[in-house]
Amino acid sequence: MLPRDLKPGQFTGYPPEARKIVTNYLATLQQLPLSFVPSLLRELIDYDFKFPAERMAREKELARLSSLSGEELKTWFEGFAQIRLSPQLEEFDWIKAPAQFVERLSAHLWSTHQLDAFRKASNDYADRLRSAVPPERPSIPRLGIAVIGQGVALYDQPLFRRLRAHGAYFSGIKPENGMRQLLDAVAARAKAHPDPYAHWYIDGGEELDHAASLTCVSYKSLEPARAVLLHKMQSEIDRPGMGPEALRTLLAQMRPADLGMDRETTGKPRDEVLERFEVSLLTEGSGTQIFSTSFAQWAAREALRRAQSLTLLVRFAPRQRQKPMNELLSWAPARQEFDFIGSLVDADMGAYYNWLNQQRLPGAEQSSFLVWFEGHNQALAIGPSIPRGTESTSPADLEQVLAWTV
Amino acid sequence: MNALSQNRRGKLSGTPRNTSSLREVSQFVARTRRDFLRDAAGVALGSTLLRSSWARAAALPSRKKVVIVTFGGGARDQETFALEGQENIPHLMREFIPQATFFTQVVNRGILGHYVATASLATGVYETFNNFAAVAPQSPTVFEYFRKDLKRPSSDAWVVAPSNGFNRIGESSHRSYGAGLGARVILPKRLLTAATSGRRNDYQHLLRDNYETPYFAPELAGSEFELQQLEMILKLSVDDFKNHAQTLSSPDELSLYIARQLMRQVAPSLLWITMHDIDIAHAGAFSLYIDGIRRTDRLCSDLWKTIQSEPEYAGKTTLFILPDFGRDSDEDAGGNGFQHHRTGDALSRTTWMLVAGPGIREGVVFDRAVDSTDLVPTLGSMLGFVPSLAQGKPINELL
Repeated sequence: MLPRDLKPGQFTGYPPEARKIVTNYLATLQQLPLSFVPSLLRELIDYDFKFPAERMAREKELARLSSLSGEELKTWFEGFAQIRLSPQLEEFDWIKAPAQFVERLSAHLWSTHQLDAFRKASNDYADRLRSAVPPERPSIPRLGIAVIGQGVALYDQPLFRRLRAHGAYFSGIKPENGMRQLLDAVAARAKAHPDPYAHWYIDGGEELDHAASLTCVSYKSLEPARAVLLHKMQSEIDRPGMGPEALRTLLAQMRPADLGMDRETTGKPRDEVLERFEVSLLTEGSGTQIFSTSFAQWAAREALRRAQSLTLLVRFAPRQRQKPMNELLSWAPARQEFDFIGSLVDADMGAYYNWLNQQRLPGAEQSSFLVWFEGHNQALAIGPSIPRGTESTSPADLEQVLAWTV
Repeated sequence: MNALSQNRRGKLSGTPRNTSSLREVSQFVARTRRDFLRDAAGVALGSTLLRSSWARAAALPSRKKVVIVTFGGGARDQETFALEGQENIPHLMREFIPQATFFTQVVNRGILGHYVATASLATGVYETFNNFAAVAPQSPTVFEYFRKDLKRPSSDAWVVAPSNGFNRIGESSHRSYGAGLGARVILPKRLLTAATSGRRNDYQHLLRDNYETPYFAPELAGSEFELQQLEMILKLSVDDFKNHAQTLSSPDELSLYIARQLMRQVAPSLLWITMHDIDIAHAGAFSLYIDGIRRTDRLCSDLWKTIQSEPEYAGKTTLFILPDFGRDSDEDAGGNGFQHHRTGDALSRTTWMLVAGPGIREGVVFDRAVDSTDLVPTLGSMLGFVPSLAQGKPINELL
């Protein structure tokens, strides 16, 4: 099966909005190479459950491609057209299962030493597209906040080392009421600019009281879903013939109902876009099922990449302690313990990654970022008005620092 | 922009990492490593220090042994040889670098999965099999060349490997080599499973096969080391083994313990130890990744001390330490930094190698590009066998 053979009737299994957009642009898709189309379909098949920013980007991309002449399309996709595919890939049902096709394509590219050529083709395509369709600028400058070190009483190593050159380090922060000040600040932004899925609060532990206008994801609230997922994974692994590819396929097919996620029972309105996002954090993220710090970092990355959040408050929480081998072999009764210092180190790196990922989005030069060692007097702020590589020992609360930064 | 095109979003710094060719980036990384090393350890740049072959021959012991250690499953410059990472590798920096030859630019052009990449190191050919399949390498391994050409017994070539997935690494499926000519393979975690049968649920995550797909363990097939051989070959009772395992903190410590026992009891001339603790990075916890690097650094030092103190090894053993590959850079938006090695970017392909032992120049750094597949031909030249099907070339600076 090649793209030129695509027909509208082949997409009846797609959700309504996805089917509509694919059939609208079918003539364009028919002209694209097989090494490219399934990757696009992988995004489009979930179109009904995508965030607004993703939908808009996809629509603009397709509209631009459909405006190109046949010759222009050849030029745009020259690199992809030169990728050699196997007969098995050509025969694969990539319309029905584009994500699985992309996984197999990835393995094929590695084993045939075509990965670099594929990377180049992807980068060339991205450059052309960005040039032709500049990314949407944010309606207000973005703000990222990371709160790290929950539960750590004392830490004498330097924090924020990777970020210090980019902003101002504050060592006189007044920590009282800090989380409330931050939550109020992000709530105020959400109220002033009430775009859907634009203002996020991610908690690596149990979420604090927050404004309903914030899109909230927390590790604690997903505890039942994580338990169901881990149980299902273990059962599947014990089945004969189960391998990593089959397991990944199974995970990719999981839906909120499979993990017992029903927000209505928690008193929250049903939101399938967010529920699917939460499922993806657990099924596509690595370590997110086990470590809360990995979950918080990955959730932040995905909220930025996919929803292109305008505001993102991430509070890291202590993760469970990784038991060394000798403890595991002692067969002592299992007891949940936390690794507070390790979690702080994880979160310090996670905060750096949050900033990096925020800076990858349009409007980076106007974006601001704040990281705070929770309950302590250390913070670091980055923003267009903040002098780089500076330090301040002056007493200030987080509200003031935010006012200087944003 | 669709999902394929994320990588270019990551252009954040002035380094050439995203915008240049693999060669340019590798050279940049190599120069950076060399500068760090020069500053930190006072080592010399090697190109001016090539030694004549007669001088080296005079320094060679009559019966050489070689130990190869793969450094933990991928570690990046930032956390190792870069200035900010050197605190994590005090033993490599202070003990090894002054007495070793260091290659700053070892490029892996193959598949960045641990089993297939280690197999590529061991064959000198970029293997292309499924990383998660329990299959033998397609090309002859260094162990087969070594044993066939030099007519060595099976006891003279051993592999100590972390996971069940490595149980076929000792012997290829090549029709001219293969069956009966490979190395013997010990999987310490497999031994531990057998020794503690019935209690598996208590330490399941310790025994998981790898960190990248932590819920998958391939079926064993091949000539893995059996429990009953623990006592016969390693002179260890099951109880002693279990008791000692309870004093260790990680699977790599267990591997080193087994390797030491093997060195004392069997003294193989060719010993390959694959470390893996660092790959906990796949779980996304940076502190555990750093702990893994520090532990591996310490274990390399412990191994070197064992080599120098064991009569069968002291003064006649060359030690190679090299990662199988790196990990994704922070700058590539297609990845998630240290967590994985999936993007195939230049930093994840470019790594280093450290070589120490009699006849090896001390405190010297070479920053020319070396290929991962050059290891086997180099071992061939050192030990006197001909790896006729390997793709790489001998590294002359070591000969």
